[in-house]
Amino acid sequence: MASNVQIKGIREGLLVTLRGDEWSEMRHSLLEQISQQADFLRGGKLAIDVENQALSAAELSSLRNEISDNGISLWAVLGNSPKTILAAQSLGLATKLAKPMTERVQPQPETHTFEGDGAILVKRTLRSGYKLQYNGHVVVIGDVNPGAEIIAGGDVVVWGRLRGVVHAGAEGNEGAVICALDLSPTQLRIAGKIALAPQRRGKPQPEIARIKNDQVVAETWNPKEK
Amino acid sequence: MTAKVVTVTSGKGGVGKTTATANLAAALAAEGSKVVCIDADIGLRNLDVVLGLENRIVYDIVDIVEGRCRLRQAMIRDKRLPELYLIPAAQTRDKSAISPSDMIRLCDDLRTDYDWIMIDSPAGIERGFRNAIAPADTVIVVTNPEVSAVRDADRIIGLIEAEEKGPAKLIVNRLRVDMVRRGDMLAIEDILELLAVDLIGIIPEDELVVMSTNRGVPVSIDGKSRAGQAFRNISRRLKGEEVPFMNLEEHGGIFGRLSRLIRPGGN
Repeated sequence: MASNVQIKGIREGLLVTLRGDEWSEMRHSLLEQISQQADFLRGGKLAIDVENQALSAAELSSLRNEISDNGISLWAVLGNSPKTILAAQSLGLATKLAKPMTERVQPQPETHTFEGDGAILVKRTLRSGYKLQYNGHVVVIGDVNPGAEIIAGGDVVVWGRLRGVVHAGAEGNEGAVICALDLSPTQLRIAGKIALAPQRRGKPQPEIARIKNDQVVAETWNPKEK
Repeated sequence: MTAKVVTVTSGKGGVGKTTATANLAAALAAEGSKVVCIDADIGLRNLDVVLGLENRIVYDIVDIVEGRCRLRQAMIRDKRLPELYLIPAAQTRDKSAISPSDMIRLCDDLRTDYDWIMIDSPAGIERGFRNAIAPADTVIVVTNPEVSAVRDADRIIGLIEAEEKGPAKLIVNRLRVDMVRRGDMLAIEDILELLAVDLIGIIPEDELVVMSTNRGVPVSIDGKSRAGQAFRNISRRLKGEEVPFMNLEEHGGIFGRLSRLIRPGGN
């Protein structure tokens, strides 16, 4: 299949949809389109939808640099691959367009398809400014530093220190839990409930937070208890 | 010769990026390396002031990129250290006047003739920051022992990792041992626990830094200052030497503890 570039205007600027099998070809046709219309596009804001391509942060960053050489700024990358979404989020790019108001009032049922079964594994420390959004469960092997944020449709497990903000069950699932080896968050949210962490006393211990009697409660993990 | 490109950045402003760039460049040049400093903070140039070269600027980096002068014409040679050069930033333009690929091209043109290219990054995480790290082989992050500076350093280290320029090296600037001892300032261990990167140097708070910055003479070429010594140590670590960290505790042992009792917080 030949690569194919579609450009349309949206509220935030331009949305380019890239279709194809080979990323190098898709990238080439996009840059060709841009340089042909450089005068028209200069100063514009571009969002690209790469559909099923799995791209690394380095690939996205080099594309962003080439796009900015033409005086255009890349602000969002949309796609279906979790790898692409994580890479874009790590570069500080948006991965969703703002939804029109009407859609927010009536959530579409198909947006929940991941919930309950899908999960992603993030094997690094999430640093300040990193915002991870995922419809399913999130497992982090590493720390979640202050200033980092995880928003998950399902549960969140952190094998490390949790010091940032975590929202589990973000689409209303009150059964979601948050566990961490060291649970010292800036703020925890489960479904619609919000909790601030109390000051830690003594050595950190693995803890699990869940909703009990309408409140977010954190309990120390006890291997003897079942 | 193939120069190593080192970018000094921080996220937060005012933590000492420009001071660190100037002092490391001067220390490297004083030990005989050929060094070029590039001020990537377009619109708010000040590396030239810290190096005391402001009055000799004719062309700047935007003139080079836009072809109004040759690369060598814009390079100002330091008179005290003959192998130290500066490419100044433009003051009248903004960060969009140059792009990351311009910076890579510029550094590639310089690589063959010099040992070190030191780039002073602007504060922030936007275009200017991306320009500054695009050509980097090594990125040094400067922070202060303050929660806000460390938070921004964490953010910038994440971006450096995402751009595959990591692992970054860390300088903790303006440490006051007396305040750390009283528990009023973040300790080095707390900062490293959060940032989880390699520490390349600790610069103690030193009023000689302010005085030398105002005079336009980098403190690292002045023999007496402790901050200058710390910068010289970092320049040697950059070259791959193993240099032990300076003992910042001036009062060690029983006498030190006694004198601390008499003069609490004295350093």
